[in-house]
Amino acid sequence: MPQPIAQFINIGERTNVTGSARFKKLIMAGDYEAALDVARSQVENGAQIIDVNMDEAMLDSAEAMTIFLNLIATEPDIARVPIMIDSSKWSVIEAGLKCVPGKAIVNSISLKEGEAPFLEQARIIRRFGAATVVMAFDTDGQADTVARKVAICERSYRLLTEAGFPAEDIIFDPNIFAVATGIEEHNPYAHYFIEATSQIKSRCPHAKISGGVSNVSFSFRGNDQVREAMHSVFLYHAIKAGMDMGIVNAGQLAVYDDIDAELRERVEDVILNRREDATDRLLEIAERYKGGGKQRIEDLSWREAEVEKRLEHALVKGIDKWIVEDTEEARQKAERPIQVIEGPLMDGMNVVGDLFGSGKMFLPQVVKSARVMKKAVSHLLPYIEAEKTQGKGGPKGRILMATVKGDVHDIGKNIVGVVLQCNNFEVIDLGVMVPWQDILDRAHQEKVDMIGLSGLITPSLDEMVTVAEEMERAGLDLPLLIGGATTSRMHTAVKIAPAYSGPVVHVLDASRSVGVAGTLVSDTMRDAYVGKIRTDYDDIREKRLARPKADRLISLDAARNNRAAIDWEGYQPPRPNSLGRVVFDDFPLSDLVERIDWTPFFRTWELAGTYPGILKDPVVGEAARSLFQDAQDMLARIVKERWLKARGVCAFWPANADGDDVILWTDDSRTQELKRVHFLRQQQQKRGDRANDCLADFIAPKHTGLADYMGGFAVTAGLGIENKLAQFKAAHDDYSAILLKALADRLAEAFAERLHERVRLDLWGYAADETLSNEDIIKERYRGIRPAPGYPACPDHSEKPALFDLLDTPEATGIHLTENFAMMPAASVSGYYLAHPDSHYFGIGKLGRDQVEDYAARRGVSMEQAEKWLSPNLGYERTRTIRT
Amino acid sequence: MNAVSKTPPVRDVAQALRDVAQKRILVLDGATGTMIQSYKLEEADYRGSPFAASVRDQKGNNDLLCLTKPDIVRDIHEGFLRAGADIIETNSFNGTRISQADYGMEDQVEAINLAAARLAREAADAWTAKTPHKPRFVAGAIGPTNKTLSVSPRVSEPGYRDVGFDEMKDVYKQQAQALLEGGVDLLLVETIFDTLNAKAALVAVDELNEERGYKIPVILAVTITDLSGRNLSGQTVEAFWYSVRHARPLAVGMNCSFGADQLRPHVQALAANADTLICVYPNAGLPNDMGEYDECPDHTAGSLEGFAKDGLVNIVGGCCGTTAEHIAAIAKAVSDKAPRQVPKEEARLRLSGLEPMTV
Repeated sequence: MPQPIAQFINIGERTNVTGSARFKKLIMAGDYEAALDVARSQVENGAQIIDVNMDEAMLDSAEAMTIFLNLIATEPDIARVPIMIDSSKWSVIEAGLKCVPGKAIVNSISLKEGEAPFLEQARIIRRFGAATVVMAFDTDGQADTVARKVAICERSYRLLTEAGFPAEDIIFDPNIFAVATGIEEHNPYAHYFIEATSQIKSRCPHAKISGGVSNVSFSFRGNDQVREAMHSVFLYHAIKAGMDMGIVNAGQLAVYDDIDAELRERVEDVILNRREDATDRLLEIAERYKGGGKQRIEDLSWREAEVEKRLEHALVKGIDKWIVEDTEEARQKAERPIQVIEGPLMDGMNVVGDLFGSGKMFLPQVVKSARVMKKAVSHLLPYIEAEKTQGKGGPKGRILMATVKGDVHDIGKNIVGVVLQCNNFEVIDLGVMVPWQDILDRAHQEKVDMIGLSGLITPSLDEMVTVAEEMERAGLDLPLLIGGATTSRMHTAVKIAPAYSGPVVHVLDASRSVGVAGTLVSDTMRDAYVGKIRTDYDDIREKRLARPKADRLISLDAARNNRAAIDWEGYQPPRPNSLGRVVFDDFPLSDLVERIDWTPFFRTWELAGTYPGILKDPVVGEAARSLFQDAQDMLARIVKERWLKARGVCAFWPANADGDDVILWTDDSRTQELKRVHFLRQQQQKRGDRANDCLADFIAPKHTGLADYMGGFAVTAGLGIENKLAQFKAAHDDYSAILLKALADRLAEAFAERLHERVRLDLWGYAADETLSNEDIIKERYRGIRPAPGYPACPDHSEKPALFDLLDTPEATGIHLTENFAMMPAASVSGYYLAHPDSHYFGIGKLGRDQVEDYAARRGVSMEQAEKWLSPNLGYERTRTIRT
Repeated sequence: MNAVSKTPPVRDVAQALRDVAQKRILVLDGATGTMIQSYKLEEADYRGSPFAASVRDQKGNNDLLCLTKPDIVRDIHEGFLRAGADIIETNSFNGTRISQADYGMEDQVEAINLAAARLAREAADAWTAKTPHKPRFVAGAIGPTNKTLSVSPRVSEPGYRDVGFDEMKDVYKQQAQALLEGGVDLLLVETIFDTLNAKAALVAVDELNEERGYKIPVILAVTITDLSGRNLSGQTVEAFWYSVRHARPLAVGMNCSFGADQLRPHVQALAANADTLICVYPNAGLPNDMGEYDECPDHTAGSLEGFAKDGLVNIVGGCCGTTAEHIAAIAKAVSDKAPRQVPKEEARLRLSGLEPMTV
């Protein structure tokens, strides 16, 4: 058996309107939420089954049972245990059976009205798959003596098992009655129960025994300590006799051994009916124990934490008891009420989202968390509305949601809908199978703030792309949220986001939808968030391009046959103005400053956004401006005080492609090979007329007889940086050290860009009349490329030593390579120059074994070596030299 | 009492299936939906001439194809039977009033299920005639509907339900009745993500048992929705088993969810506990980043072969993404494997909430 077999089962008794005045009051008042807390605390205190009883004359008991059990189903903390549906009215029991997904226990049926109704009820219980409690009760009434208890139970057992009811699903309740009532004939009741238990167990194989334990101490109402002692003693003996389970207040049970010895002895006398004066002797000492009942124990240590932690705990656990006071505390702490939502509450919901995503929470809990969130938000709303600056009241935003055309799955979407609604979004739900026309029309009519699409089946993914395309065509810029089981961040980034220029966000699950939607309607967070999502998705797309699916690789031969169709006929390769090396020994830094691409600089500092917009960004703008000012100040000093030295080298060689290699010739006679540069080719399956690119394709092949050329370069702006870094370190000025490194990197990139421009304009000179703005240059709107070894188009870093040799780089520039082909100083860039108008950047992606074998042969190295160099790009399991 | 139309089964299907299942592992078919996708049908194909004037879009209403494109449905059955399936499922996963309401086709529910059953029946009988040593069976597929009895669609009213147990039961009963009229051998209640929905289906079947005077064989397949192994209503597979065990299903198991690899621990837990046949038909792996199921037939078959070797299964097949090739590979992989021995379950009080409890 995978789960432990329980010894004695505690059945929680507090969710019973006949037994708990508090529970009754809550139910009568319709306060089901507090009533659920009663159930929850029972489970927390160790109840392994929850008994639910709604038998109250002033109540529609069947309805109350339905509501309460439906509520429990959404509370995993409670619903994890089986339910005991307790009623003396059959209609209430039937209503209960229709609400419980698990295998429940009915409490109870009996022979009270004869055999026929008894068997009919048992049949229905069986149909619903529940077990049942059978009371020792027949047409003559409740059994009190041992003999009657045993006889009725045996008769019931026989009737049920003969009708096919499984013996193991029968639980007898041989009636626990109050003792020590002052009426002499009551004195043996507890003892009778214990004795009957023992006999029934031996005569009715597999049947179980249960009972309502607190009845036994009824005469000591108001004296909890005595009652608890009586319960413990009673159970101690009844369990030994074979009692399997009992309805008890799990939070109020004394440990048998812990009971004061004198009290225990006198209680034992009463329970076991050992002395005639047992009741009197217990009464004698009972007063002493009054008021000393065991207090309910609940782990409230989390209440002592910081308010942020408390909010998180409440959200994760779905506890709303203190949420208003905690939210209020957080509000007073915060500058603006909205910050409580955007800060600790969203943080808490993100924890919920993470737990959900990693399978540590499941849906009902998340929905519960959302409810707590709603309470917190609704507490804050009046304050938010009161803020003049906030301006708008009403919902936080209006979201149109739809399951796309061709798909009828909407459970997930509906959950997202409710979660959003409870977080004060207005949700316009168009339902399922919604064509894009309707989505766009309604979005327009309702002036929504964003659109959420959902889908579960695979074709819905394409449909979402269609919606995105149509939104683009309609010129919308509303955020588009994507969700549903088959959707993914990857698919959204790769397929949907490119189809629509407005913000597109994949929302992993319902709990995250609030964070995402909230951010998208937030004045202060939207832009940064959208920018970040864009950057993220761009990265994903790049990585996706660089790593296509292994099994979509085509053979190297097929890839070569699908090379870029460059028409070499009629192409006149431009000859560089000079073929020799050009060395820049001390390139003026002032010439580089204006070429700096600042966006990556901010990204280095984890400030998301595009320069120059980021400087005005409402969230990070201030930080960005301050950083930018510091950078400008330092740059001025770098230039003026010559902190850094920029050196570079470039050269051009006669070149022709030979397959995927490029031969560099010693001179224009093109007879003697100087060196070969080995390029790689994309092997992923291409669609349409897309080629399987290889950089060699952009150089005229040998057989064309064309005199083509290729260039190479290496630049650095990091010389001298070590001295300065050491100074900063010594002064404990990490900020300046990082700033300097970041600036040196940007200067090196700017140098590469600047040098490339010089190459186009005069050194190679094929674009002498080029006039481009700095932005155009950053966006690479020029002819020719400068791919770098180690980067997507030619990912093998090990080609760098050859390039460095050709350029005599170390001597010319002071850049050295480490054994792993990293350049030192770090602020260095090297690469090739290709001039063909069709040349462009691309990612190689995954490589097949055939290409790696071919590459190893071309490079003259072992397969193992080649695989090591190309390991990030291997599209197959690497060859292992050691096999077991 | 109503007049009861008793349609006694021609043969004792449950016994016939159990007999075969003692000797070898039975093969269930693959994903009808996946196969339908490969036909690249358009709106007009779904409508056919009978529903050309339908107000609602019908594209995606796969069950309707039983009426509008019976040849395609026949074709798909044929493909799976040829691949070696012992049991084929009717094309009726969404054939309930609740699910068809999305397409405005509630009034076609009976016709759809009748046709679905007949199409599968004809195809299966033709193969049984061809290969009498390998009788083919027809399972009436009953999906979960798109409503849940255990989860509220309104967050502020967690006690609210947009469908009641009795309605759900009636909806299932209507479908089951039509499927039986059409000649299915057994009912397959599948993709169970809400146990209470399944219980409504079981109550419906029990009512039919009573009305028809014999026990209709049922297979139950639960779908877990997260890797911790719980279904949407939050139950573990053992808790689920305890919730439905009373119906004495012919087989219990798991479908959809994940690929076979991810299902393994949960199959093990179920196989160790359930004193009935175990039926597993997973997806072709997990959907990839692009939402496609790309596990190749050999992989799926290999995983199921592993289950078979470890004595975990009696009936295997495929769910989302599995094609006739998958089924052929699966059939081949398990053909020489011994079926799982059904364990005897000790008589114990078994209860469940979201988690199982044994007293």
